[in-house]
Amino acid sequence: MSTTEVLVKELVEKNGKTRNSLMPVLQGIVHNEHFLSEEALLCVARELDLSAADVYGTASFYTFLDTVPRGKNIVRVCKTITCHMKGKDEIIKALGNALKIKVGETTNDKKFTLLTANCLGWCHKGPVMLVNDDIYPDLTTQKALEIIEEYAKDVK
Amino acid sequence: MENNLKKVDIIFEIDEKQSPLAILEKTVKRPADEIILDLIDSGLKGRGGAGFPTGLKWKFTRNEDNEVKYVICNADEGEPGTFKDREIIDRVPEKIFAGMAICGFVIGAKEGYIYLRGEYNFLLKNLQKKLDEFNAGMKKAGIEFTIYIKSGSGAYVCGEESALFESMEGKRGEPRNKPPYPTVAGYNSKPTVINNVETLVYTTMICHMGPERFKALGTKDSRGSKVFSVSGDTPISGIYELELGMPLNEFVDGFGDGDTKAVQVGGASGHCVPRKKFNDTIIGFEGIPTGGSMMIFNSTRSMYNVLHDYLEFFTEESCGQCTPCRVGCQQLLKGIEAVKRGERPPAYLDDLKKLTATMKIAAKCGLGQSVGNPFNSIIDNFREEIIY
Repeated sequence: MSTTEVLVKELVEKNGKTRNSLMPVLQGIVHNEHFLSEEALLCVARELDLSAADVYGTASFYTFLDTVPRGKNIVRVCKTITCHMKGKDEIIKALGNALKIKVGETTNDKKFTLLTANCLGWCHKGPVMLVNDDIYPDLTTQKALEIIEEYAKDVK
Repeated sequence: MENNLKKVDIIFEIDEKQSPLAILEKTVKRPADEIILDLIDSGLKGRGGAGFPTGLKWKFTRNEDNEVKYVICNADEGEPGTFKDREIIDRVPEKIFAGMAICGFVIGAKEGYIYLRGEYNFLLKNLQKKLDEFNAGMKKAGIEFTIYIKSGSGAYVCGEESALFESMEGKRGEPRNKPPYPTVAGYNSKPTVINNVETLVYTTMICHMGPERFKALGTKDSRGSKVFSVSGDTPISGIYELELGMPLNEFVDGFGDGDTKAVQVGGASGHCVPRKKFNDTIIGFEGIPTGGSMMIFNSTRSMYNVLHDYLEFFTEESCGQCTPCRVGCQQLLKGIEAVKRGERPPAYLDDLKKLTATMKIAAKCGLGQSVGNPFNSIIDNFREEIIY
């Protein structure tokens, strides 16, 4: 059995073999593998006795359930109005330059994916970004770069 | 801040003498019908934005004859400019749990779920810890109710109650047709009460302090207080609990930077109020209701950029199942871009306004129905900024 199969079986066992478990199972895979591969989606379909189209249909609806390969660290910079007003463009530009990628792309070493996100709920402390599940409010370009450097060192 | 605004401390107040669990234990000794009457009497309306009377919602669900019912806390806070629920979840989670359990007692539900947006996953660890303690406390007190947490995965539309149920059921977060309403058929098609985070805290506090103290705040149509998320061009952005029914000019005097041009009341799906209307605008159900989002813009801001941002947001977050919303949002966005570039005449904006009227009637859920709020209020008040 592949590691993905083992993971899916574990998640299904933990959450229960019902349709209502689909979200937590998919979330668990993304947590471990950073995206939902075709293998993972097919495996979930088998384990939960759903059609593959149903599973893919659900997965593809949600921004945080990626169906294309992502880096180990997913950086999401908030782009909604107040973060826009407080300078999210400069943050995105600085991160893009430092990582040598554009928004939507992943670095060659698969360490980082740079994305934008709709309102992250920190409008009073923008600009703000999520790195994986961790939140970083009150950003400056310098702060954002320092945070990324820490992740690059695998300290976090 | 100037002191015209009446600050209140109900939501975040910590009472050392009576914990939320103790309030719950005391409350479940009362007859359920009496609790409902108190809530109706208090005038509490939903704090997520839609403003449905909370007591009635509980009453309708209580009246449903079904073995299985659910209580759901809508913590899918996604409206741009809103961040108060995050703060409430972080600081006073027990008050939310107590509200859910009181509701469970009133309507006859054994299970409650908190649907927490994926963007707030960093809150999970602490929330789960507090929840485990609270669940254990309820068990010890003999209260037959258990609360679980479900996570979202980054979809604004899942804040719409029926889309939220779909998501919890492992499906695409596409809103359902209504009726049936959640009080009849919600999560797993069972009678369900779904309340906003803040609403549930107020129910706990109304049970604690009685409806009178709550009712004494606010106005006839907007009883009580509300937590506001203040952001944008203000020196004091943050979270403030204020009495409902204040005139917008007093709010701007207290929070603006002296150069306020407009305030977006109610988030991206709310209304944009220009300076000349500050004096006549009441923040409350008799004026402009809000889920708490107050975004302040000063004269350096281009309202074209503001509207463009909103429309990009709605275009991306529209679930896509109904045509008026899916295509409507796209066309509104393309439309203002075309007018800006001079490819369409200014009168085209009036055609776009008609499109929002169609969306209001024909879109399936609140997302598509409310896009006209920001669109029309910005076009009507800042037309020249959109054209030139």
